[in-house]
Amino acid sequence: MISRRAFLQASIAASALYGVSGFGNWSKLAAQQALTQDDLLRFDTFGNLSIIHITDIHAQLKPIWFREPEFNIGVGDVRGQPPHVVGREFIDMFRLTPGSADAYALTHEDFVALGRTYGKMGGMDRVATVVKAIRADRPEAIILDGGDTWHGSMSSYLSRGQDMVNVMNALGTEAMTSHWEWTFGTERVMELVEQLNFPFLGQNIYDAEWNEPSEDFAPYHWFERGGVKVAVIGQAFPYMPIANPGWMFPEFSFGIRDERMQEMVNEVRADGADVVIVLSHNGFDVDRKMASRVQGINVILTGHTHDALPEPVLVGETLLIASGSHGKFVTRLDLDVRDGRMMGFRHKLIPIFADVITPDAEMAALIDAERAPYKDQMEEVIGHTDSLLYRRGNFAGTWDNLITDAVMAERDTEIAMSPGVRWGASLMPGDAITREDIHNVTSMTYGKVYRTEMTGQTIHDILEDVADNLFNTDPYYQQGGDMVRLGGLAYTIDISKPIGERITGLTLLRSGEALDPARAYTVGGWASVNEGTEGPEIWDVVENHIRRLGRVTAEPNGSVTVTGN
Amino acid sequence: MFTRRDTLAIGVGAAAASALPFAAFAATVDEAIAAFTGGAAVAEGGVTITAPEIAENGNTVPVTIEAPGAAEITLLATGNPAAEVAVFKFGPGAGNAMVATRIRLGRTQDIMAIAKMADGSFTSARVEVKVTIGGCGG
Repeated sequence: MISRRAFLQASIAASALYGVSGFGNWSKLAAQQALTQDDLLRFDTFGNLSIIHITDIHAQLKPIWFREPEFNIGVGDVRGQPPHVVGREFIDMFRLTPGSADAYALTHEDFVALGRTYGKMGGMDRVATVVKAIRADRPEAIILDGGDTWHGSMSSYLSRGQDMVNVMNALGTEAMTSHWEWTFGTERVMELVEQLNFPFLGQNIYDAEWNEPSEDFAPYHWFERGGVKVAVIGQAFPYMPIANPGWMFPEFSFGIRDERMQEMVNEVRADGADVVIVLSHNGFDVDRKMASRVQGINVILTGHTHDALPEPVLVGETLLIASGSHGKFVTRLDLDVRDGRMMGFRHKLIPIFADVITPDAEMAALIDAERAPYKDQMEEVIGHTDSLLYRRGNFAGTWDNLITDAVMAERDTEIAMSPGVRWGASLMPGDAITREDIHNVTSMTYGKVYRTEMTGQTIHDILEDVADNLFNTDPYYQQGGDMVRLGGLAYTIDISKPIGERITGLTLLRSGEALDPARAYTVGGWASVNEGTEGPEIWDVVENHIRRLGRVTAEPNGSVTVTGN
Repeated sequence: MFTRRDTLAIGVGAAAASALPFAAFAATVDEAIAAFTGGAAVAEGGVTITAPEIAENGNTVPVTIEAPGAAEITLLATGNPAAEVAVFKFGPGAGNAMVATRIRLGRTQDIMAIAKMADGSFTSARVEVKVTIGGCGG
């Protein structure tokens, strides 16, 4: 019998990586009662280095519902490749059991029914329990945060990111990178970075005036753990000033900058790095392309696109890890690093089942303290929903339909536009809708709802532009959001076409007539990146609408027809 | 999420660089190329353009061009109403044939750099820079 050690040695000789990935085989566990914290944490410690990765928490301190996408279409070379696999195909690809806890955590199938069985997910107090358990096993485990941490909740908005900084310091985070953090503006980012117990990394954060690497943020950070010299290189979201308001952080430029990434990898290798890890907010497809262009990266901890994958994706000898979003998952990655080489790995995407994992008491107390100043306003019940409310997916979810309805009703417009962001927790049928729940799908520092006129041609141009940000076959031209959500309009999109030819059949729903390119229409929308946008805040608009209705129903409305996928 | 294009529509009427050597704008990109090369053949390679994949601000896009051994480099924005941006000439005292500047791009387009080498031959590179309406990433 060949021992595992011998097998590892053999695979090194063949210059191939040996790895094991375990999401846990819970098909044997019929229901929640059979699932235990020990099952979720079970892991055969491996090699000499452990990495703990969490990303895109979007300021979700408490457990939430989060329905994974029904549409996550890949284009070009990655069509049908992870993470562009959903539902039953995902279950089949990763050999999950339909109806199991893992299928519930990772896919949208039977979400409501399975949610009743397995419960909410996430909560930073549960995450703290998992982190402590891993550290008890491997005290030198490195804790890394992929960013989109300070944004996304009412308490993070009102405390201007303070609650999350306090929580992430307490968690023992050792490095982070960034995206929505910047929407608090340069001055606030600098203030909060000062308070961090760890570096705020970004090799691609440049001084906009000089077009040179910013001196304010380190490109990488060194860790010496278990006798291994580890370099962690940060990669901030590349399209900051395009996808978010550049006027809030005009001093900085971003971009992919893979030439500099290569320089940084070469530099840390020359300085003796045994293993090179990139903590990235590029988005999965951008990271996959970068892994094929930049040589010498062992692991990319991906972020931004909110994908959760139970196994790493291998590009050459680079591992791509996708750890989900909203605190729903934590990744543990153990590496065997010897003689400056990564010899093997063991990986587990740990789902944070809130009813199974015991909250860490210290973190729970801190979270309550952070929420206390805002608790009453956050927990006020505004209305109830009779439908599942969700957002995530390439095209509008039911939350988006409710929001665009609110904008059209409250701002008296023919058409509404809502950004295709990938954040936003779900609500179950029958749930109360609190003010906090509304903020969870609308919170931002540029949430004013404008009311304007646009011609049919302008609307068409916007749709083409955003569709190309999503479906351009070159990942370096993808910004990582989903399609802009529309109220009052139906259209057909052919994913396979180039920019300018994807959108057809634009129809104004209230008249049933084709959108006239020359006519001006009244349009309401939010999340404009333009300085000086005027109007009420989106959460107030949605709150007024829900309060008026009392009970809301929002079903998929079938207004987008997708072809060419 | 849509006024950048309006801003650009105002902006593209003005010349994008200060050192235009041409007496008048050439009507087409081909004419601009011919004006620089005198109709000689243009090879590819030996020129590196560094520019963002997506412009953060179409009004000021940082572009770096390197062409080792070049005597002159011309930079063309092929999708602008006036394609010629600049011609850079390197004297005998120049160290690297490398220039960095910022240019204005009216829309998504290829930018092109043609180098005139010391022996009088021409070589080129082009890259696409996308200018988006922007605003909905997440």
